[in-house]
Amino acid sequence: MISYIGLRLIRAVVTLLITITLVFIFIRFSGDPAAALAPPDAPQEVIDQYREALGLDKPLWSQYTAYLGQLLQGDFGYSVHTGLPSVQVFLARLPSTLFLGGTALAVALAAGLPLGAIAALNRGKPIDRLVMGFSVFAFALPNFLFGLVIILIGALVFQTYIGSNPDSFLDVVFPALTLGLASMGAFARFARSSLLETINAPFMVAAEARGIGRTRRLLRHAVPNASIPLVTLIGLSLGGLIAGSIVTEQVFGWPGVGQLLVRSVATRDIATVQFIVLAVAVTMILANLIVDLLYLVIDPRIRSK
Amino acid sequence: MKLQIPFVVKCAMGFVALFVAFAIFGQWLSPYEFRETSLLNRLKPPGTEGYILGTDARGRDVLVRLAVGAQITLIVAIVGTVIGAMLGSLLGIIAAAKRGWTENAIVAAIDVQASLPIIVVALFVLAMFDNSFTLFLLLIGLTGWEVYARLMRGAVLSAKEHGYVTAVRALGASPARIYLGHILPNVASIALVQFTINLPLTILLETALSFLGLGVQPPLTSLGQMMSEGRDRLLTAWWLTLFPGTIIFLLALSVSLIGDWLRDHLDPTLKSR
Repeated sequence: MISYIGLRLIRAVVTLLITITLVFIFIRFSGDPAAALAPPDAPQEVIDQYREALGLDKPLWSQYTAYLGQLLQGDFGYSVHTGLPSVQVFLARLPSTLFLGGTALAVALAAGLPLGAIAALNRGKPIDRLVMGFSVFAFALPNFLFGLVIILIGALVFQTYIGSNPDSFLDVVFPALTLGLASMGAFARFARSSLLETINAPFMVAAEARGIGRTRRLLRHAVPNASIPLVTLIGLSLGGLIAGSIVTEQVFGWPGVGQLLVRSVATRDIATVQFIVLAVAVTMILANLIVDLLYLVIDPRIRSK
Repeated sequence: MKLQIPFVVKCAMGFVALFVAFAIFGQWLSPYEFRETSLLNRLKPPGTEGYILGTDARGRDVLVRLAVGAQITLIVAIVGTVIGAMLGSLLGIIAAAKRGWTENAIVAAIDVQASLPIIVVALFVLAMFDNSFTLFLLLIGLTGWEVYARLMRGAVLSAKEHGYVTAVRALGASPARIYLGHILPNVASIALVQFTINLPLTILLETALSFLGLGVQPPLTSLGQMMSEGRDRLLTAWWLTLFPGTIIFLLALSVSLIGDWLRDHLDPTLKSR
């Protein structure tokens, strides 16, 4: 088990290192990295300082170690937009993105899992087909279209502009629904297939033979076993949520990291883009690692391997 | 066994056929050219004489622009999905065939891709380099390559243990012949199923990036790019966003439905779910 944990840790670190290396290579070969990372209106001397710190006259290898050194010291360059360190620009936006993503995940779980469970218990009936239809529908509906339709309905029917006020309830629920819809469909699909699999498992037959009631069989025997893969699914849906938040924030004018990323790409604010990419990579790598380690805790079968 | 196609899947196939026909021949439905502006006929609603689906803010005919947009979206989606499938499958097969450090390197690359959503990778590259149609196509082509690679590696690794592989090897077949002539046909259905999952994803990625103004660039257009242009006039000229948006949605929906159905037929083990 220790070697399993160690192997996972090494894999996570290697993945992160490769990502950093790729980011370095791209920045190095796309233009003048010193000008990209230095504060925007920096005089030539400051750019020269950056050039020296990055060692642009030295061989590529020492440039790479210099870059790693800067990252380790927490120096991720300066945003061309604001002149502030890119970390600071990012952190200012992070809470509203976490709020939107968290609400979206909660909405998706709260609606998706019960829908899937209902479908599984009514397998083959119209309601099952309805839920499965919804999950395909939710997957195929582009979040920018859904968001725009919501804004349109809000404006025409309710005479308000949804997304203009982050403190109001509706202005949070609709962007969160837009972001969470695809995950909701995936959760419903997952809950259905996972529950169907456990309902027919031998231990369920054994429980029935022991005379355990239907409700208790479902809640105490089927649901806990069916929930084990949920950890993986939430981990996997993280990528979709991050990708979706980029578009959703743009549609609703939500002042989060996704909007910052799109704006920074459009204005070529390389330092900020670089930091967001690294932050996304670290988040996803950590999430995958946590999922794998959580499995050790919740599923004893893996521990014994 | 007689093949029974469910009604929904038939509708989906019908819509895809209609979409492809529209993408190829749709421009002939309109007397205008897709870049042709008419300052006197700006923002005409659908149904205006001469403009069945209306005009945009520069007086361009929406119908002909939808046809061109559909064409570009279709090309990007198909070329992108094919690139991803070939790249991923090839790397997966190489990893399983070579083992050792080649395999480690490919697995590490899969891990890296899995830790970055493709839209973030695309945005990062687009921040560095000038957007061109070729670059955009290549970026879309990266969609999901890691999934093919992972699936094919697993499939080939298990196929290698089968008796038929030992048999052809004993007969003196070259490695290229073993992998391409014998193993590939046996694992190709896995890639094919993944292709149908990936196609709607590619459509949605292209339209999303173009919607953000970072994909297909004017004067060229795509369904997503049209939505991005019409977005600011959502309340006054709904036809500029809702027409391309509805087409994107119906296309992604139809392709997913066909894919789901194909998957059930090609992979009997999933049928019970």
